[in-house]
Amino acid sequence: MNTLTATERLETIRHKNRPTVMDYIPAIFTDFMEMHGDRHYSDDNAIIGGIAELAGVPVTVIAQVKGRNLDENKKSNFSMPHPEGYRKALRLVKQAEKFHRPVICLVDTPGAFCGIEAEKRGQGEAIARNLMEFMLVKTPIISVVLGEGGSGGALALAVCDELAMLENALYSVISPRGFASILWKDASREMEAAELMKITAEDLVKFGVCEKIIEEPTGGAHTDMEYTAMNISDYLKDALARITQYDTDTLLEKRYEKFRKIGMFNE
Amino acid sequence: MALEDLFKVVKDRFKEDKKPEKKEEGIEIPKNLLFKCPRCGTVVYSEEFEKNKKVCPSCNYHARINHRDRLEITVDKGSFEEFDAGMTSLNPIDFPDYEEKIAELQEKCGMKEAVVTGLCTIRGYKAVIGIMDSSFMMASMGSVVGEKITRAFEYGTKHKLPVIMFTASGGARMQEGIISLMQMAKTSGAIAKHNEAGQLYITVMTDPTTGGVTASFASLGDVIIAEPKVLIGFAGRRVIQGTIRQQLPDDFQSAEFMLENGFVDMIVERKQMRSTLSRLLKMHNYKKTETLPGKDS
Repeated sequence: MNTLTATERLETIRHKNRPTVMDYIPAIFTDFMEMHGDRHYSDDNAIIGGIAELAGVPVTVIAQVKGRNLDENKKSNFSMPHPEGYRKALRLVKQAEKFHRPVICLVDTPGAFCGIEAEKRGQGEAIARNLMEFMLVKTPIISVVLGEGGSGGALALAVCDELAMLENALYSVISPRGFASILWKDASREMEAAELMKITAEDLVKFGVCEKIIEEPTGGAHTDMEYTAMNISDYLKDALARITQYDTDTLLEKRYEKFRKIGMFNE
Repeated sequence: MALEDLFKVVKDRFKEDKKPEKKEEGIEIPKNLLFKCPRCGTVVYSEEFEKNKKVCPSCNYHARINHRDRLEITVDKGSFEEFDAGMTSLNPIDFPDYEEKIAELQEKCGMKEAVVTGLCTIRGYKAVIGIMDSSFMMASMGSVVGEKITRAFEYGTKHKLPVIMFTASGGARMQEGIISLMQMAKTSGAIAKHNEAGQLYITVMTDPTTGGVTASFASLGDVIIAEPKVLIGFAGRRVIQGTIRQQLPDDFQSAEFMLENGFVDMIVERKQMRSTLSRLLKMHNYKKTETLPGKDS
């Protein structure tokens, strides 16, 4: 049982040595072959995608790229994708569907990029399109939140059959900083927001958003990347075995139902 | 530079930001007598503005209207049959004073939540309609908004009916936390099924259509209409300004900007809306009905 508070977890996932997808992909998969571009505008380095093998089975891997240093972060825009990143993801999901390959999405983003060019190229439309298309894609999709799952920018890779979270990962409607800034007009109340928002893996299991919590070593994933990668790998193999037994109609029905049932209201 | 420092730079820049658009706020305007256009600053008599269906006579900005006015100018008289009228929010993350705020808004706005959905006819064409009302917590999307919209699409799928959504929203409702984010996926999923069933979905983007609503059901129409001069976008203007450190052009994130960039099919004036919608319904082979059948027919 993880006893860290949301604030402590926020600090853990922001640790400068927190492993990123660039560490995990070679540790979990073999023979990763990267595929570039959305075929419309350009190639977004905030999202990496391609084909690899997981225990000998070909899968499509789509992952958000946190940099490990400033140079990497400049290249990957601090893991804040532009519309073309989401469109590349959708292209690769459609490609996976055609060849009946399961899709593994690794989520780690503070959110979709907010800027003039992103608006011009339809950030909202790109995210919306993924939500709609992923829902009916006829191949299994598993998403794992590795660190930050920020808002629509995370959700655009998280319409899936099963969602797992690393035990210190957070997944929220908006970053705690954004929450504090908008609701209280004071971004410095970030930590208070993190505690209030119910964004830990345990909270998300309670809400029916997250199906599985993946164990990290004591102290956080950065203290033993290989161990964390092994846990992710074990989970993915289990999940694939579970999900691939459904026929397509059952798979899509269950995926729809997973999201359909989320909501709390009186009538 | 560490990410934290970058945030600090952005934050400091916010402080320096003089927000020129707010400079004119010193002018006191009697609340009910006059209307001051937030786009061009023109001041007109409220009466004239109301008569003009709340459209600025000077710049043609289509101002926000509530769900009752929208229904009145859109659907055939007496044809509206509301769905899920009594549905109300719970408080999933125990956000302080959330229930009180909702109760206050229900009283003030005369509605239980930020969207009304139902069945209507428009010049005789039957459709499922949804109208978001920005006076209710900026029509942000929480459980109730998500559920009502999802049910509206499921009804359209089941009964082979088109769906028309008048969108207006500040985005996902932060007060309901992650549950609100999931409504984006839920509504988009319902649209996926309505789409697969070959039924028409028309979005009418009204002021303001932003955030998680732009990034979900608002952007998924087969046909996307916008009212003139309204705000449409994903990220908030100030957030973007903080990122790029320069003033944004005036028409940034307007309906016209979205049209130019290819995200809106057409800009339609309020007085032409009924005719445009009915022509679209006709051209998608929906049949005119003389009487409105009941909800369960």
